[in-house]
Amino acid sequence: MKRELDRRSFLRMAGASLGFGALYQFAGSALGNSRALAQLAGEMGRENGEAPAPFSFVQLSDTHVGFNGPPDPLGTKAFERAVQVINKLPHKPELIIFSGDLTHDSEKPDERAARMKQFKQIASTLGVQNLRYVPGEHDAAIDEGALYREYFGNTSYSFDFRGVHFVALDNVSRGKPEVGAERIAWLQNDLARFPKTAPIVVFTHRPLFDLKPEWEWFTSDGDKVMNVLAPYENVTVLYGHIHRDDVHEIGHAKHYAARSLIFAFPDPGQVPDKKPIAFDAAQPFKNLGIRVVDQNRASAPAINDIELTVNEYSGTVGIQQLLKSGVA
Amino acid sequence: MNINTNRASIFLGSLALSVVIAGNSAPAASAQEPQVIDITAKRFAFSPSEVHLKAGQPVTLHLVSQDVKHGFFSRPLGLDETIPAGQSIDVKVTPPSPGKYSIICDNFCGSGHGNMKMTFVVE
Repeated sequence: MKRELDRRSFLRMAGASLGFGALYQFAGSALGNSRALAQLAGEMGRENGEAPAPFSFVQLSDTHVGFNGPPDPLGTKAFERAVQVINKLPHKPELIIFSGDLTHDSEKPDERAARMKQFKQIASTLGVQNLRYVPGEHDAAIDEGALYREYFGNTSYSFDFRGVHFVALDNVSRGKPEVGAERIAWLQNDLARFPKTAPIVVFTHRPLFDLKPEWEWFTSDGDKVMNVLAPYENVTVLYGHIHRDDVHEIGHAKHYAARSLIFAFPDPGQVPDKKPIAFDAAQPFKNLGIRVVDQNRASAPAINDIELTVNEYSGTVGIQQLLKSGVA
Repeated sequence: MNINTNRASIFLGSLALSVVIAGNSAPAASAQEPQVIDITAKRFAFSPSEVHLKAGQPVTLHLVSQDVKHGFFSRPLGLDETIPAGQSIDVKVTPPSPGKYSIICDNFCGSGHGNMKMTFVVE
């Protein structure tokens, strides 16, 4: 099939003024009535029983429930605020994915469990039924994912949603930043039934390429994962871990990092050391924001990274209000 | 820490000669044997935090974990090692060219893991 349908044709992110995280919209309308769409719809319909259809979903990342430190004295307030904003979206997303570090690590198993419970309690207030998770190293590295599985299920899995194939790929629970040969073989087998034009979204925690290895922003066998994905023409990789937005295109795949909901890291090209950006009481959610990709243009997608500002909570008075209130 | 006979003799020899590699207290090696450098990993730091090496000169790194499992990773140096909890491993490396190389623990070892690193200064 001629490559009439590329990732730009099906990936759309919207919601600039709507909230935290990243809101993605798969827009069937962007595909129009092209022959490519019809062919893909037929193929996906046969493979999945469901053809691609317009829908939107949100990516949230690095909530680090349980973290308490100078880079973010507000704890879970950003996460709670994100829930509130998502619940007010005029067009509700149908799916929310969390790309790891749901909780912050603790030496005490009971405390880890308490943090996972607290995460689930906050996530349960989302007015969206379909919540999917993948672990970060803080959730799963210390015990190879044992406790995580008790609360969230398998660390790697796949599912089909509105004609898009989603893959949750664990690259943390082996302790080191790696996926492992067994999971890569599973991925290859999982994808084998799909046509090369199938829309595929991989969500994982660490970047699957060498973004900044000295800061542990890499996956050692990420190249092997991407080799498995290379034949597929419409691959989007969504990840977290780096606490800042980033867009990277490698071959057919585009890699998007989401901002965190706890604190931000600086641009590694601008600073020598990996230290969180200092908390700014005048802008409590500074650097915690969203990325918008506007697919309405005929050319390459317009990507807008928008820093969230919460005016009503700015300044010293605002911080006190934020700390007093149960939900931001 | 288990020190084999060969390295022990190198160590004693280096004491007698008071030969010290620039910027580092690691013992000197004989012409035949690579220099051995002892590096300790303990949450959340390596000791020493900086080691000076010479480009093109092979060395043996004796890596010791004093607590949990740690990683020892540097992409440009081709290092991707795992130090088992409470154990030691020996790794040979030849620094290719002068410069500063950052080595990180890439095996998650706790909340301070993210900044566990050391530097090889290659001259």
